[in-house]
Amino acid sequence: MLSIKNLQVSIKGKSILKGLNLEVNEGEVHAIMGPNGTGKSTLASVIAGRDIYEVTGGEILFKGKDIFALAPEERASEGIFLGFQYPVEIPGVSMTNFMKTAVNEQRKYRGLDPLTSTQFLAFMEEQKKLVEITSMLTNRSVNEGFSGGEKKKNEIFQMAMLEPKLAILDETDSGLDIDALKVVANGVNKLKRPDNAFIVITHYQRLLDFIVPDFVHVLFEGKIVKSGGKELALELEEKGYEWLKKDVN
Amino acid sequence: MKNDIIISEISLKEKLIHHFEENITTLTADETPLFKEIRLKAMDTFMKKGFPHTKLEDWRSTNLSKSINKEYTLQLGNPEVKLDVSTIFKCDIHHLDTFLVTLYNGWFLGNEDITILKDGTIIGSFSKACVLYPDLVEAHFSKYASIENNSINALNAAFALDGVFIYVPDNVTVSKTIQIVNIINTEDNLFIQPRNLVILGKNSKLQLVHCDHSIEHKYTFINSVTEIVIGEGSTVDHYKLQNKDNDSTQITSTYFNQAANSTLTSNVITLNGGLIRNNLYVKMEGKGCTANMNGVFLIDKDQHVDNFLLVEHCNTDSVSHQLYKGILDDQSMGVFTGHILVKKDAQRTNAFQNNKNILLTDKATMHTQPHLEIYADDVKCSHGATVGQLDQEALFYMRSRGIRENTSRMLLMYAFAAEVINKIQIVPLRKQIDELVYRRLKGELSDCDQCILDCNANRQISFDIDLSRL
Repeated sequence: MLSIKNLQVSIKGKSILKGLNLEVNEGEVHAIMGPNGTGKSTLASVIAGRDIYEVTGGEILFKGKDIFALAPEERASEGIFLGFQYPVEIPGVSMTNFMKTAVNEQRKYRGLDPLTSTQFLAFMEEQKKLVEITSMLTNRSVNEGFSGGEKKKNEIFQMAMLEPKLAILDETDSGLDIDALKVVANGVNKLKRPDNAFIVITHYQRLLDFIVPDFVHVLFEGKIVKSGGKELALELEEKGYEWLKKDVN
Repeated sequence: MKNDIIISEISLKEKLIHHFEENITTLTADETPLFKEIRLKAMDTFMKKGFPHTKLEDWRSTNLSKSINKEYTLQLGNPEVKLDVSTIFKCDIHHLDTFLVTLYNGWFLGNEDITILKDGTIIGSFSKACVLYPDLVEAHFSKYASIENNSINALNAAFALDGVFIYVPDNVTVSKTIQIVNIINTEDNLFIQPRNLVILGKNSKLQLVHCDHSIEHKYTFINSVTEIVIGEGSTVDHYKLQNKDNDSTQITSTYFNQAANSTLTSNVITLNGGLIRNNLYVKMEGKGCTANMNGVFLIDKDQHVDNFLLVEHCNTDSVSHQLYKGILDDQSMGVFTGHILVKKDAQRTNAFQNNKNILLTDKATMHTQPHLEIYADDVKCSHGATVGQLDQEALFYMRSRGIRENTSRMLLMYAFAAEVINKIQIVPLRKQIDELVYRRLKGELSDCDQCILDCNANRQISFDIDLSRL
């Protein structure tokens, strides 16, 4: 589904990703771990289409398509979703309208008729229940005045509404208490299907107690330096990243 | 019209003065000595000062010279239009029953010059009111819109012939919203100077919607003055909607005079215009007044919108809030001046001002100037001004959800304007303006639309996004 080959990315002339390779197939959950500042968030942003980064080499194919030829909104409509580490507040735009616009624009891209207000509201209620999120958030402006936990839950809610093929969660677990963490994990588990995939970017092993990954990758100095099964996460938790650094150097 | 005068570009000022001197007898034929005196004094001021120019502090960012260097026709007699307005113009705010008053090229248009409602409210032609209620008119006319130092007011007063007159007696809540529509429909380039007077007694309520719009694409110069007197304990909701064509010049001066415990809400919404200068003067003479002044404008191309406000706190315990927002595209230019004057005796004044603007291009410019002048010591005052671009983070966030760039930008602009639109208290009007704003943002509302409030055109527009509040 997602195929990243030799990806090289820099920002303002500073090289961040230095030849990254990653293959993600349908039905898989991948965890990407690693110390701060190694390029985890950069990877997520580049896949989503953030234009502040410069891609200096390599390719990313999604369902066989070169995503660098696609605008962020086209990537989203193709089925890529990014759960933001720092969700943005948009005063004056209500969550409901935001989501309705997003859902219908994606439907339009795929050649489907837009949902009517009634259909949309019914679908929204259904998805809210699925990911166990209370109705409060949808009546407010997008993320405006939301607590850290609410913002992250809201990302999960949006993921449920947009039903992506590939969801990338960028440190969605950071700064969350255990209850919010469970909501986030529960969302992923409920939405997991044989035909979609998840990339969970996290700094801690904690989230992986609730979301069981098929693969764990360690990103260090712009490359994936080690890949393994879920047991790798436990090993990292136990030993830290220092032993890997030694391996690399 | 044999009375019509063509004013050439050589000098609009000279021509106007000449024109005044030639027609002074006709102008003042049936007028009281006071009116005549005001006219002469006003012309005297205009002769001395002429049109405002950019060397004046209050006009330094708005240059009238292009507008002045055009040929205009001045109509000195009512053209007596025999015309069913509905054939050229239809105005309809959904679900809002209004009392409609039409000014056609500046002249009052209607079967009855004066209408008296059951509750005693008088609505009609300003010129007729001068004849029928001279005492009432003379008690207020030109009292607030000073002709001593202000050449624009003076010019209007010198030539003022018609406009709208409204009188609301004590303890009356006017049951319907009164809607004044200025229609400009002409073969010529007209110079038009409507004069409106609105008087509220004590403990009364009035909702007034004032729409400016043009039908033909001609160079028109409108210099209108409106004096609104708000009696003790009374409430006025005032809405000014502007959707003028790009060739028009419009200077509007609205004077609100507030007696004790009165409440004013003013909303100025500019969707399109050539050169627009809105002067808004709020004088809170009595104690315990409230004034909320909101404005939003959306401009592009070479449009120019200048909102000039002077809020005077003359007495104790009054509150004023200004919220003005602008969205500027292409090489358009915006100006905001917010002058708050707190006089020596105006203790316990609260006065707030906020001006926010979004520039969509590098070529658009915005001049914003707060001006606080405070002579009392127990005062809470604040002001803030921002000029910026659309939030790039928010834009990416929206696009990452599959919303196209254009739609995302539009949603952000709409949200920006909504803060002002949401303050409109007449719900059907709010919904309508809401729709107009997003049609404007989508580029569907052109300056040739029949009317700012015309809902007949394109009634079946389908939106692929739905911004209605669910």
